[in-house]
Amino acid sequence: MQKTNPTIHVDGQEIPFKVGQTIMDAALAAKVYIPHLCHYPGLTPHGNCKLCMVDIGNKNVTACTTAAVAGQQIRNNTETLNAARKTVTQMLFIEGDHICPSCEKTGNCKLQAMAYYLGMLDNHFPQFYPRREMDASHATILLDRSRCILCDLCVRASREVDGKNVFAIAGRSTNAHLIVNSPSGKLGDSNIQTDDLAAHICPVGAILIKEQGYDVPIGQRIYDQQTIRDVGLNEAIPEKQGNHHD
Amino acid sequence: MTDAKISIATTSLAGCFGCHMSFLDMDERLVTLLEHVEFNRSPLTDIKHCGPCDIGLVEGGLCNAENVQVLREFRANCKILVAVGACAINGGVPAMRNYFDLHECLEEVYLNGIGVNNPQIPNDVELPLLLDKVRPLSDVVRVDYYLPGCPPSADDFLQLLGPLLEGKQPIFPRNTFHYD
Repeated sequence: MQKTNPTIHVDGQEIPFKVGQTIMDAALAAKVYIPHLCHYPGLTPHGNCKLCMVDIGNKNVTACTTAAVAGQQIRNNTETLNAARKTVTQMLFIEGDHICPSCEKTGNCKLQAMAYYLGMLDNHFPQFYPRREMDASHATILLDRSRCILCDLCVRASREVDGKNVFAIAGRSTNAHLIVNSPSGKLGDSNIQTDDLAAHICPVGAILIKEQGYDVPIGQRIYDQQTIRDVGLNEAIPEKQGNHHD
Repeated sequence: MTDAKISIATTSLAGCFGCHMSFLDMDERLVTLLEHVEFNRSPLTDIKHCGPCDIGLVEGGLCNAENVQVLREFRANCKILVAVGACAINGGVPAMRNYFDLHECLEEVYLNGIGVNNPQIPNDVELPLLLDKVRPLSDVVRVDYYLPGCPPSADDFLQLLGPLLEGKQPIFPRNTFHYD
């Protein structure tokens, strides 16, 4: 006997899912956008950024870590949730160095693109202006911790895709920071390479490839042309090309 | 709209005048604008103090005591105060010095910098006192509207001013503004 696929409803739209999928998996497969920064299809979801918060009944859950269950009635694209997401985005902005005109990632930055998507005109909260350690020890990769939003994507990409274990997050609360797994704690002494996913997956300007600055002019970059919604609906881990060679 | 002209004051605090240059990028549309507005204090008029105004456009953040004084004068005189550009909104590029001690910055620029002759940190009484950190406008006064961009485009200015001139609230379409 053929069984019909179970379904959930997101903002009234019926979406099929396979058992084991999260709400985010099912929504992305159906081309329904739930805002997210720390989620990347193919990597284990962590629920760090809280932008994918949705309402089920009277409960808020992160869509990237919550299993889809048949019959769920989910609210996603609502004024209240988007206002809360904007507040979360504002807090991410003020907690780090997110002065866009001085950052090479501008135009390619997901945090910035999320702020555009949510209509963020100001930072609302007082700026932290934190001074965190910069690591320029690697020949081709720069780590600027003052821009890190602790999304954990580089940690997961390194472990799950690159088969390495270059990054981790240490400390708690406002002392949380990215650490590098090498004898000196420096990126230059780690085994990260420029074609690792961990070197490219950073949504902000915390991990940058050196000597490519401004190759693409401002105004012609990813989020100058597309919204984060358009990009987010079509994201997948890229196939690795060739062997490591740096 | 009545026949009375709307008065606008503008100033550049810790900014680069880029927002003002972008304002002038309205080009021939400035002529139409001038049929509806008159400028009070502004680099465009050279009036030295802000009088009672309808709209104040403030570019730049706050890096010294004079910036704070001018901003307070604007807030006291302008019915609507607009933070224009990245620096006014979050400190912008001048706020990059916030990651260092002020004294470190002064030493680097005036004592240890490459090619410095007669090294000494300026200390004339005429010079405005520097703030320890560069601050956005909203740290000191209430801001009514924010116009992001580095700089905002001439179209962005028109989009903001158009509804304000008609006494309406401006609406910023999400796909036009940028932070860079």
